[in-house]
Amino acid sequence: MALRIEQPGLLTTVQDQGRFGYYNVGIPQGGAMDQESAQAANKLVGNSAEEAVLECTYMGPSFTVDAPTTIAVAGADVPLLVNGQERPPWTRIELAEGDAVKFGVIRGGARFYLAIRGGIDVPQVLGSRSTYAIGRLGGLHGRKLEAGDVVPVGEPTGLLPSIEEIPASHRPASGGPLELRIVWGLYDHLLTDEGRRRLVEEEWKLTPVADRMGLRFEGPGVEWIEREQPFGAGSDPSNIVDAGYAVGSIQIPGGTQPIVLHRDAVSGGGYAMVGTVISADMDLLARATPGTVTRFRAVDLEEAHAARRERAQRLEELWAL
Amino acid sequence: MTETLHLPTARYTWGGDEFLFVEFDEAMNLTANYLATTVAQGLTGLELEGVVDVCPANASLLVRFDPDVLAPEELKRRAQELESQARTSTQHRAQTRIIEVPVWYQDPYTAEVVQRFREGYHQDPSGTDLDYAAHVNGLSDAAEFIRRHHGSPWLVSMVGFVAGLPFMYQLVPRERQLEVPKYLSPRTDTPPLTVGHGGCFACIYSVRGAGGYQMFGIAAAPIYDPAQELPDFRDFLILFRPGDLVKFRPVDEAEYRSIQEQVEAGTWRFKQAPVTFDVEAALADPDTYNRTLLEALDGAEN
Repeated sequence: MALRIEQPGLLTTVQDQGRFGYYNVGIPQGGAMDQESAQAANKLVGNSAEEAVLECTYMGPSFTVDAPTTIAVAGADVPLLVNGQERPPWTRIELAEGDAVKFGVIRGGARFYLAIRGGIDVPQVLGSRSTYAIGRLGGLHGRKLEAGDVVPVGEPTGLLPSIEEIPASHRPASGGPLELRIVWGLYDHLLTDEGRRRLVEEEWKLTPVADRMGLRFEGPGVEWIEREQPFGAGSDPSNIVDAGYAVGSIQIPGGTQPIVLHRDAVSGGGYAMVGTVISADMDLLARATPGTVTRFRAVDLEEAHAARRERAQRLEELWAL
Repeated sequence: MTETLHLPTARYTWGGDEFLFVEFDEAMNLTANYLATTVAQGLTGLELEGVVDVCPANASLLVRFDPDVLAPEELKRRAQELESQARTSTQHRAQTRIIEVPVWYQDPYTAEVVQRFREGYHQDPSGTDLDYAAHVNGLSDAAEFIRRHHGSPWLVSMVGFVAGLPFMYQLVPRERQLEVPKYLSPRTDTPPLTVGHGGCFACIYSVRGAGGYQMFGIAAAPIYDPAQELPDFRDFLILFRPGDLVKFRPVDEAEYRSIQEQVEAGTWRFKQAPVTFDVEAALADPDTYNRTLLEALDGAEN
């Protein structure tokens, strides 16, 4: 069983829930940027949460299937067409041998996920099927999909669930202004009080410079404390002696445009991180489109842990459906 | 020497709900690096349930953990215990290895990319990165800078950024450290295996991609082998580990091509030898100590 890719879309990659344990040598966790939507698609086709799916960015692929199978699409709002007929996302869809699937123009959000019964069956590399493109590792030949690719699909292992549709209450919303909760820390002491105030009290806007590695915002900028730079750090006040980067952390090179590091980010470098988006809000960020008005709201670790528990509970409810 | 084995207590802070960050010193120095590597090894050895990634860096340590399994305060307490053990230990030694890395300095591949990123990217668009590096270090010319670059060994002080990229710190007193600012704005392209420099750190770009370090030359053999075809990569796809020592050896075009042929044939091996790295000895008399490190390479085979 395989998908024959006619057009690959803008950036379509194989992703699962990520690769852990190799961050110390510079290999990022990767995995679906919007994990909740990827899991919802897997749920509908009877896969486990960990099965690999296709992550499609803005423009989806077109493909045919070489055997009868079951698919589901979840995430950004996009028209899904089977043999030219529109079919609803967030539902289970049966395909017959030779059926052609393609996607229309995205109507909101940034990424959507295509799960196929049995999962994308590329080899696991270092414990994951996720694509690490710059390292030519994982996924299909370590890269994004190209026209002519044949994407292998695995044997189904689980039963199909009784539900055929994710109810509206369990579909994450996308669009509208974004509030990202952050925890201060790492190097926030290098900002002036005014710099800290601006980050969490002023409005920021997501720029088009946003990919799997990081998302850049524009806004009023921040101020760094003037100081003698420590040896080895580099001359700009936003520079530090190169250190490990927390996933979700915010860096502001030169003090102008904050960048939030996402799941494919480099594992370290010489820019000061001034706070970290909490784990529960990373999927929200993955759904945002350029121009999204964004506020960063500072929370303490207790609130971050409460949000984490809420997200875990939401996912548990999804799998209990 | 401006370095000592005594540093103020480390700074502990959080990266959101999943990361503990420990800064041993704001500035780069051998002691902070030793503490980062040693505490990282200690934490890894404890095999605490809930620890996901232990990432030692130049002068700091990043730990990823699952707060549902391991309480943040418990992880912090364990790290502090290891920190205090590392500080009070009487011996600051590590078993490691020294690896010889052939480099074609002033090669045409990096030269081409240097030329593409001048105006708007570089401090001195009129010259090359090497000319600029020589100038800001008060050296007579590029050749003198290159001599200083491969004259003394380097310590792999961190592995990261992208897969397998080593950050390296030269084992010379601080007043002789080569320091070069990073590009004004990062490039979108860097040839794979570029030997770069930013701040006081050398690096070897393991893969093609973005980068902000000045470019001096190209390493002749891969340091990252995702297909694990070369013998040095049979156990793991990445060559360098924090704590490794590196000796750059300049090669000309003919030798570069010959090494490339060995890589193609799957027979290339890096010359390397086991050594014990002693932080006190390195700090006390760096020049003498470096000679003993390099002697280890003399008898080594590749």
